[in-house]
Amino acid sequence: MATDDVSLTRRGFGGLGMAALAAATLGGVTKFGISSAHAAESGPIKIGILHSLSGTMAISETTLKDVMLMLIEEQNKKGGVLGRKLVPVVVDPASNWPLFAEKARGLLTSDKCAAVFGCWTSVSRKSVLPVFEELNGLLFYPVQYEGQECSRNVVYTGAAPNQQAIPAVDYLMKEDKVQRWVLAGTDYVYPRTTNQILEAYLKSKGVAASDIMINYTPFGHSDWQNIVAQIKQFGSAGKKTAVVSTINGDANVPFYKELGNQGIKATDIPVVAFSVGEEELAGMDTKPLVGHLAAWNYFMSVDTPANKAFIKKWHEFIKNPKRTTNDPMEAHYIGFNMWVKAVQKAGTTDTNAVIDALIGVSVPNLSGGYSTLMGNHHITKPVLIGEIQDDGQFNVVSRTPGLVVAQEWSPYVAETKDLIGDWRAPLSCGNFNVKTGKCGGASK
Amino acid sequence: MMRVSFATLAPPALVLGCAVLLVLGNVVPAASSPFHVPIFAVSLTGKYLAYAILALALDLVWGYVGILSLGHAAFFALGSYAMGMYLMREIGRRGVYGNATLPDFMVFLNWTKLPWYWYGFDHFAFATLMALVVPGLLALVFGFLAFRSRVSGVYLSIITQALTFALLLAFFRNNMGFGGNNGLTDFKDIAGFPLQADSTRNGLLLATALALALAFLLARFVVLSRLGKILIAVRDAESRTRFLGYRPESYKLFVFVLSAVIAGIGGALYVPQVGIINPSEFSPANSIEAVIWVAVGGRGTLTGAIIGAVLVNLGKTYFTSALPDFWLYALGGLFILTTLFLPRGLVRLFEAKPVAALSEVPATKARAA
Amino acid sequence: MRLVLFLIGLVLLPAFARAGDPSNAYSAFASGDYDAMAAAVTELAAAADPHAGAVIAALQAGRLYATEDGALLIRGDDGNYTDLLSGKPVAADEDTVKKIRMNNAVRRAVEAAEGGLQLFAADPATRRAAAETLFKSHDTAALSALTRARAKERDPSVAEAMAEAEAAAIVMSPDAPEAAKLHAVAVIRARGDLEASALLASIPSPTPAVAAAAHNGIVAIQRVLQLWDVAESVFYGLSLGSVLLLAAIGLAITFGVMGVINMAHGEMVMIGAYVTFVVQEIIRAHAPGLFGASVVIAVPLAFIVAGAIGIAIERGLIRFLYGRPLETLLATWGLSLVLQQAVRSIFGPTNRDVGTPSWMSGALPLGGLTITLNRLTIILFALAVFAALMALLRYTSLGLKMRAVTQNRAMAAAMGIRTPWIDALTFGLGSGVAGMAGVALSQIDNVSPNLGQGYIIDSFMVVVFGGVGNLWGTALGALLLGIVNKFLEPFAGAVLGKIAVLVLVILFIQRRPRGLFPLKGRAAEA
Repeated sequence: MATDDVSLTRRGFGGLGMAALAAATLGGVTKFGISSAHAAESGPIKIGILHSLSGTMAISETTLKDVMLMLIEEQNKKGGVLGRKLVPVVVDPASNWPLFAEKARGLLTSDKCAAVFGCWTSVSRKSVLPVFEELNGLLFYPVQYEGQECSRNVVYTGAAPNQQAIPAVDYLMKEDKVQRWVLAGTDYVYPRTTNQILEAYLKSKGVAASDIMINYTPFGHSDWQNIVAQIKQFGSAGKKTAVVSTINGDANVPFYKELGNQGIKATDIPVVAFSVGEEELAGMDTKPLVGHLAAWNYFMSVDTPANKAFIKKWHEFIKNPKRTTNDPMEAHYIGFNMWVKAVQKAGTTDTNAVIDALIGVSVPNLSGGYSTLMGNHHITKPVLIGEIQDDGQFNVVSRTPGLVVAQEWSPYVAETKDLIGDWRAPLSCGNFNVKTGKCGGASK
Repeated sequence: MMRVSFATLAPPALVLGCAVLLVLGNVVPAASSPFHVPIFAVSLTGKYLAYAILALALDLVWGYVGILSLGHAAFFALGSYAMGMYLMREIGRRGVYGNATLPDFMVFLNWTKLPWYWYGFDHFAFATLMALVVPGLLALVFGFLAFRSRVSGVYLSIITQALTFALLLAFFRNNMGFGGNNGLTDFKDIAGFPLQADSTRNGLLLATALALALAFLLARFVVLSRLGKILIAVRDAESRTRFLGYRPESYKLFVFVLSAVIAGIGGALYVPQVGIINPSEFSPANSIEAVIWVAVGGRGTLTGAIIGAVLVNLGKTYFTSALPDFWLYALGGLFILTTLFLPRGLVRLFEAKPVAALSEVPATKARAA
Repeated sequence: MRLVLFLIGLVLLPAFARAGDPSNAYSAFASGDYDAMAAAVTELAAAADPHAGAVIAALQAGRLYATEDGALLIRGDDGNYTDLLSGKPVAADEDTVKKIRMNNAVRRAVEAAEGGLQLFAADPATRRAAAETLFKSHDTAALSALTRARAKERDPSVAEAMAEAEAAAIVMSPDAPEAAKLHAVAVIRARGDLEASALLASIPSPTPAVAAAAHNGIVAIQRVLQLWDVAESVFYGLSLGSVLLLAAIGLAITFGVMGVINMAHGEMVMIGAYVTFVVQEIIRAHAPGLFGASVVIAVPLAFIVAGAIGIAIERGLIRFLYGRPLETLLATWGLSLVLQQAVRSIFGPTNRDVGTPSWMSGALPLGGLTITLNRLTIILFALAVFAALMALLRYTSLGLKMRAVTQNRAMAAAMGIRTPWIDALTFGLGSGVAGMAGVALSQIDNVSPNLGQGYIIDSFMVVVFGGVGNLWGTALGALLLGIVNKFLEPFAGAVLGKIAVLVLVILFIQRRPRGLFPLKGRAAEA
């Protein structure tokens, strides 16, 4: 049975087929590279939207794509920017990290986007970072993250750990007199870094190591029986216990369900989460969760005229009055408005000019104040602590009196405690060591 | 002796030819000329060719020996990690924390020294060797145990899936020292050549094309030799082959290890062109996609594997930009239609049906309804 | 505005803390200061203020409102407001009144207060619950009320709960005599659960005798609890195993009878979960009273819907791929992508809220075990499904035909069995069972388009481990894998535990290449 040469017994076909395929590949591949004929300074401005619309992250990211489309539409109604219309370019990187890098490259080289709004997980940001730095693009990153980064080509509109985690812990220590802490997280960089920071912070406040329990679970972990039992056990040593949860997205639903079923109420062992927002609560039965907390810089229930107007516009745009708004959406709102203001200030969409114009730009946020972009490419934010209500909304129970400036380099990690980031001249450095006076590392 | 025929030489020649054309298209015409090939296309093609190497490796074990490995991307990913570790060490002081020996992720995990399994990865040769040896070793151990116990068919497929899933979970752990969920990234240069430079990218494409061509020739050599005939015998009638005095386990093991090594090479070439290696490369879905590439192209033909890999990935790139909300329909539909209407793959499209069906179920035990 | 109220509250707080005047306590509710509110609740309850009960009930139900000048209103079912103190109806409009919310501190105060008030309720279950709450809050102020209530109590179980609560209050109060405290420690130790242990560990400034007694109590309780821990691991293992069983058993059927690797199996589970969601949405909109039965209604519906889709898949796709089981793998993988995207397009990519009916919520304490009701129901459900399937296979003619086709397809066809039809029905049955599994899984996991992906690998492991074509193998395999995983987890952590189970399966297959209960016979060689 001569099955080995079966592929090309028809030489003609084989040759032709291969040649045709080669041509198709060449053509197909170069097609993506054909530069658009648009000059950079006239014609519509392209805005890239790099959020997963399928795969595991679609749950969180699809709504961000929708809010960007809404913001672009609103801005176009006001006449666009510099008299030019804005055109959104939506791609789906499908929760696949190499595909994120590929799509980012496409947005910057083929589509020549003036700015890109995107990413959610730290991995996705880390995989596109080299692309943005190499091609001198501009990325607006709207999600709370672990810090330890300060790139010239990224504007971080999400919270750094000191804008979320530390105020939450302070609230629990003061209000609930918590003495024992469970730091439960999903096993990846954001929870690990946050827990490191929190552990150091708690110890600096006099909490003994035996009063801190740290636990990591894999993504999508759905069987919480053991761990919730362990939390219950840990919490029955006679001291008031709380759980600080950096559990990611999907795993929260079964975690909270198990908590409720094992009878742990918020009044016994409160859980404060950093990755649970209105969007996640919409997929849960919140009655057993009443009283558990979350720390964000924005809640949909914040009662300000700006927020009410935003929610109204959102519901009209998405044609669904039940859709929620959440913190990353506000981050995009702030980031987009900052970009518009910077472009108007610079008079051009050229990346270098816009990056220089961005620092110091101040726009209103949705919780009644202003947000300013600092030299470290992070924005100032208020910290709000909210308790879950049975309608899936949060009741704001505490608020920092002022705005908190981000500390992107953690003072609790030995290698970074002396670092600051400041992209204004003369420093122009993302990781400047104040002790040695040198700009270190490769973040240009 | 390998027959130096058109079928043997044409595909590698074409692959190399296309690669050279693309590189010339990038280097020679000016940037504004319509013939200019953007560097982005060069890297993308390099990525496709690296995938094609994986597909080739899979076709070797599946098409010719009948082992449906649903975990082959594990070997690819291990090769990627080996090269990735070298690239991480090459960053040296230029990392975010400026530490000469420790990669960034170890610094923020507060580790003070390099774990033993990272020693030696500051040498390019060692890393390349590891990219071959580690997947090969894993395949050797796994295959030895599996084939000796005569695990076959669907059981074998499922335990290969278990293998890759276990590796996925293991590499996701931050304590393992491989970067956890963030993986290894932020690479600067390879063997002294900066990764961002166009010349390096062109070079990498050529290297990948060369590797693919060589792998193809190697696979053809194996398949056309006497060994190849025994492999096909093992695939189609294992018991009979055993009774004739051959030891199918040894042959299967040999090809399995060879295939793993080839996949490792593909992985090693993949990572400098993509810029990041992350545990999700181990996910079972990646391995299944590799199987789809081979199925679409035509399994048991080697050429088909290459064609399938390039075409399907091209389709994915296109559809995720053109139809971001619906591309999964297109991709899923492609798989369904291929299995229904192109069961033996694109390459065999105009072929007459061979006498004995090239089914995965050996002819003597066909379960036709 | 809030800041102003807060300052006012701050100023007023010392005033009415000293005065203890109820009318000032009421003004704390409108102040927005949670600490003041909590103090006010405690004060009102202690003073046995007549309106205290009404305030607390309204707070808990979210019906307490404040007008701009600080008057408190209760909102009735009809949307009308009545003034709290006078009881007269007040015309108020939604925009001018502000809902009074609680935080955890207030909630705790309310719970404790409620406990104290309910000690004298008519219903013994309410009295018992009140005593339980007071035990947990160990509020020393409730001591006198507890002593009085216990003296009046006739029901022995309620009396016991009250005795424990009394003991808790005594042990925490600084001026109780030592003998009373020692007696209290003994009572608490006799209770013997985790809360008792916690309480004994937190006695403030104990005398040496009391400290020693408490320490012994803790040690004794912990020893007993450790034994219960083993039982707990077994329970968790059983529940994980039953989840695996439900997810895998549909696959075992299609695999066993048809040799089809169905990669869209996870999506059948997902469809079952979404059917539950739709059923609940319809019930919520049209017949809210039926919510408790929603899961029961969803089960047969999910079976029918998933089963119908399964038959459609078989007729439309798989049938053309006979004799090519591995190609079926690829086609069904493509199908799973299409199904996921379809569900994503129809229902959106976010998680959907599937609620748990009240009879499945909460837990049953059994000695030191907490048996969560939803998991218990799932275990029983899985066993029922398994039993039904075994009965189907053994006692019905369809089952007979299915078994014949599994053992020797050619012969079965020769005997006149219409194998294509059996295949379609088998696939439908497997998919239908997967749909029912989805109903169960919707109670413990997210309902999202990605639901199926989380279970497909585990389902395959279970089927292969147990032996293809054998339902007993699947059942035993699922339970074994679940228990092993749960016993490993406390030592190795969740991730390593899972990896260890995978490695064990791989090694096990090397030893027994056909699984736990392989199908025997020449025709099974595949």
